[in-house]
Amino acid sequence: MGVFIDKDTKVLVQGITGSTAMFHTEQMLEYGTKIVAGVTPGKGGQEVQGVPVFNTVEEAKRETGASVSVIYVPAPFAADAIIESAEAELDLAICITEHIPVLDMVKVKRYLEGKKTRLVGPNCPGVITADECKIGIMPGYIHKKGHVGVVSRSGTLTYEAVHQLTQAGIGQTTAVGIGGDPINGTDFIDALNAFNEDPETEAVVMIGEIGGTAEEEAAEWVKENMKKPVVGFIGGVTAPPGKRMGHAGAIISGGKGTADEKIKTMNACGIETADTPSEIGQTLIDRIKKVDGLYEKCLTVK
Amino acid sequence: MNIHEYQGKEIFRSMGVNVPNGSVAYTPEEAVKAAKELDSDVYVVKAQIHAGGRGKAGGVKIAKTLDEVKEYAKELLGKVLVTPQTGPEGKEVKRLLVEEGCDIQSEYYIGFVIDRATDSVVLMGSEEGGTEIEEVAAETPEKIFKEEIDPIVGLMPYQAKRLAFNINIPKESVNKAAKLMLSLYNVFVEKDASIIEINPLVTTGDGEVLALDAKVNFDGNALFRQKDVVELRDLDEEDPKEIQASKYDLSYVALDGNIGCMVNGAGLAMATMDTINHFGGEPANFLDVGGGATAEKVTEAFKIILGDEGVKGIFVNIFGGIMKCDIIAQGVVEAVENVGLEIPLVVRLEGTNVDEGKKILEESGLDITPATTMAEGAEKIIAAVGENK
Repeated sequence: MGVFIDKDTKVLVQGITGSTAMFHTEQMLEYGTKIVAGVTPGKGGQEVQGVPVFNTVEEAKRETGASVSVIYVPAPFAADAIIESAEAELDLAICITEHIPVLDMVKVKRYLEGKKTRLVGPNCPGVITADECKIGIMPGYIHKKGHVGVVSRSGTLTYEAVHQLTQAGIGQTTAVGIGGDPINGTDFIDALNAFNEDPETEAVVMIGEIGGTAEEEAAEWVKENMKKPVVGFIGGVTAPPGKRMGHAGAIISGGKGTADEKIKTMNACGIETADTPSEIGQTLIDRIKKVDGLYEKCLTVK
Repeated sequence: MNIHEYQGKEIFRSMGVNVPNGSVAYTPEEAVKAAKELDSDVYVVKAQIHAGGRGKAGGVKIAKTLDEVKEYAKELLGKVLVTPQTGPEGKEVKRLLVEEGCDIQSEYYIGFVIDRATDSVVLMGSEEGGTEIEEVAAETPEKIFKEEIDPIVGLMPYQAKRLAFNINIPKESVNKAAKLMLSLYNVFVEKDASIIEINPLVTTGDGEVLALDAKVNFDGNALFRQKDVVELRDLDEEDPKEIQASKYDLSYVALDGNIGCMVNGAGLAMATMDTINHFGGEPANFLDVGGGATAEKVTEAFKIILGDEGVKGIFVNIFGGIMKCDIIAQGVVEAVENVGLEIPLVVRLEGTNVDEGKKILEESGLDITPATTMAEGAEKIIAAVGENK
């Protein structure tokens, strides 16, 4: 189980003939992900790691039954790739590519309105349902099956949190990287909503950072709707205003999007936050221990 | 990417946005020449630096004669302007904009920004021109009006007019103001801007509507298709260490502390700064070496960190995912040997092949303090820097 993807998910890789995509296709196959097709215009008929390559997403879907795409296409062509996957009516498009022009994403978001396809990313590590399906660039081995969902704007911080959980014996359902760009597809609320509905997920870790107000909106949503415990962490308490901290979306502008404001709102909405990233795992453990039998249930890693 | 006001106005002029006549000057003589070309009896001499708040800092002068133009140009060129946006060290003025004065009737604010909440470009306007828009937003938010723009049809004329009416632009000037806003939207979209702010937009005694200032930022991710914009980059206005870092695809931001940080991933890099701060230390920088931390990249990262004389110790914090810890450890060892590191170094490695990685650091014979968690690493480097004082 888990959210968005599972062991039966059939995946196609857009841009599969690029070096990064080839490397990660191999990694995903090793993890057990069902990669059924690749797409690179003009390279149809070739094979990569034994995976057949097609010229278009439409053809790849028709020939293989793929329902999810992972996009490694270079930034100048990434918006085109996302729209192509949506036009082919895939269920999900996960865009790993970073540095996509923001006005391209404005158009993509507008195009996706009313379409069937859910977008995750861009500029994200991908989505993984532990021990079932890994789509993206995250290290698979740190994830172990269990009952905690993770949603995050940052790749390496997700690994950090997941690693702590696994070390402490707490397995996960799905980890969703929503990406570090100012305009993205799936947001915190979408992921939290999915975890709320997922029978396997018992608690959620949300990891945010400076910039925008997505964490505050998610916190208000949690207060109103969430049936399961949520804990969090926000990166960037020490970030100076007006400076972009690596991620295109991680910037405090016009006094908006500070870490303090986010932490304050999350705490007020019942989301306990870790003071340092080293304590994310412990914060979750402390929280689930407050619910009778939940900690024991979540101890799934031997 | 930022540009100067005069460059923004040149783009505006070429795309039908009404701006005062004027041109750039690098010397007092050029300033006088620029003024002579203007059909005006009042000249404005404006310092060109990449920071707002120039007027209050004494960077904008009104001259009545050519002699005054020369005097002010002499005064401003080479002067270090300190504004709320430059930081306490200020910025040296190397370029001036000399333009015609105009008969200002009223001042307004208009701006185009990417709005994350609506995933669209938003046009904002206020009748409180001349003041900081953040102040207006905080104190009198009801005076800010917004128009959300659908990327399919672009800014519509009725939206521009509605905004103009809302911010109380005189009826006879509304059409001119709307035309200016529509042209500005074209600039935003065609040039891949990320922010355009006009503060102030003015109406004049003869009913004209003019952009008196021009703050334009461009989306760094779109520069590959904006060759003419790239040419406007002024490296004098950027931190040399940030320029150096960008050459090696490293993401670097200088801060004021004494503990240099090298981390993989932007989120982890921010969190590392926070952790150092949490335990009472002060980070000297944000530095993300990215996913592929090769020996070459790590070496460059060390050089950039050490280029900051305030740095008294370095904390390397790597979560090796796809990139294995032993390879990173090898990179760190080579880099330390290359740069001949003389200050304390704490390395925290975690992830794939972590034991092999730690072994490489240990066997290198170099003075590297290992740490297991981020918190432990932060405490160790803070202690080491404390002893070194």
